[in-house]
Amino acid sequence: MMSTVLLEAVNAHGIAAVGAGVAALAAGLGIGKIGGSALEAIARQPEAVNDIRGNMILAAALVEGAAFFAMVVALLVVFK
Amino acid sequence: MPRKTTLLSQKLRIAALFISVFALSVFNTFAYEPIEDTTRMDTLAHISAAEHVVKKGFDAGTLITEHISDSHEWHLWGEGENALSIPLPIILYSTTKGLDIFLSSKFHHGHQTYHGYKLAENKIVPENEIGAGEENEVENTSDSSTDGILDFSITKNVMTLMVSAIIMLWMFISVANTYHKRRGQTTKGLQSFIEPLIMFVRDDVAKNSIGEKKYAKFMPYLLTVFFFIFLNNLMGLIPIFPGGANLTGNIAICAVLALFTLVIVLFSGNGHYWRHIFAMPGVPIPVLIILTPIEIIGLVLRPFVLMIRLFANITAGHIIALAFFSLIFIFGEMSSGAGLGVAVVSVLFTVFMGFLELLVAFLQAYVFTLLSAIYIGAAVEEGHAHDEHHVHDKAQPASQIDVI
Repeated sequence: MMSTVLLEAVNAHGIAAVGAGVAALAAGLGIGKIGGSALEAIARQPEAVNDIRGNMILAAALVEGAAFFAMVVALLVVFK
Repeated sequence: MPRKTTLLSQKLRIAALFISVFALSVFNTFAYEPIEDTTRMDTLAHISAAEHVVKKGFDAGTLITEHISDSHEWHLWGEGENALSIPLPIILYSTTKGLDIFLSSKFHHGHQTYHGYKLAENKIVPENEIGAGEENEVENTSDSSTDGILDFSITKNVMTLMVSAIIMLWMFISVANTYHKRRGQTTKGLQSFIEPLIMFVRDDVAKNSIGEKKYAKFMPYLLTVFFFIFLNNLMGLIPIFPGGANLTGNIAICAVLALFTLVIVLFSGNGHYWRHIFAMPGVPIPVLIILTPIEIIGLVLRPFVLMIRLFANITAGHIIALAFFSLIFIFGEMSSGAGLGVAVVSVLFTVFMGFLELLVAFLQAYVFTLLSAIYIGAAVEEGHAHDEHHVHDKAQPASQIDVI
């Protein structure tokens, strides 16, 4: 049953789904790296936590922006 | 302004925050309950018949697009014939028929025509051209049928814009009055909630990105944009009447906000800024041929990404909540047991996403304000050659942005 749902989805808008998936994968890698580095930095220098947090959010937002480009394109394909 | 808060009032404030957070997420889960109505399928079939594509069963795509897009009536609850919605004024100007003002209830949810107009797929089209369009392709009708009609209607999004403008006026006028009355005293009531946010925008956003000397001039814009986005993000999370519209997830609203930032950057940019865009100092001419177009594209691309980021973040939040609920009905069509099982998981996930969306609501307001401030800061920055440390400090955020 699950596979029929998935197959229907792939038949309809396969490429868009794959595109959104790849974008999510890349953004996940990017944001994960930012979060990991920020945690390392905070562990090294706990007193700089506020500066690091601000820059972490900013960098994550920039990565997200690139991912959202892909998401919007995928949505445009699905909804036309 | 001294801020002396007792421990008790601080605890009360935190408790109030948690209660409101919980209330919001509970409301969020109730928002989409009306779709359980069995007439749902009939409505979908009705809509599908209108577009000459007969779809069977539950269509998640239609449901989601309906919920995140603008509409001519403010739907409260119920489906199809039993739907209860607040009619909104429709203002039309047609080149042939002139001005027409009436309430959207005259359309009876798209079942009737009025003054020769018809509501089809949330779009107002002349009645006669729908018949003519039947022979043509579906794409052609949507293009040609709205010719000559200008739609200035107060739609759901416009109404939300007005409501949020009234809320913001009331909020800030009352807080400003409290500051006048209680000069030199501790903060009170709404003031205690607003003041930390204003201080946050001033100290962490404006002063850091624009600089101590020039930040004051841009504070009104930054505060307005911050509170506007924050308030409307939160109102999008409230499913009942005054909220529920997807205002900050409307690309036109985001485009206007980003355009404001672009205009402010263009008009406050100093010679130093323009020189760095058109002819970067110390760069050989062959490189400039490549670099200058990139800089000019970057100038427009930054507000464009600002627009996409806000639009996509908020729309994605709405889609996720709806997608979780759609899963219930997709599985419910296979067997009611599967639907019930998935329902438990879906509701739990939606509550979780509701909490995450509260964070996103604040974060997107913050990021939009911060990036606007950084772009403005880059435009008004003075290039002092002797102040090496200062220049280096300011250059860092700018170089980060050039990377995207």
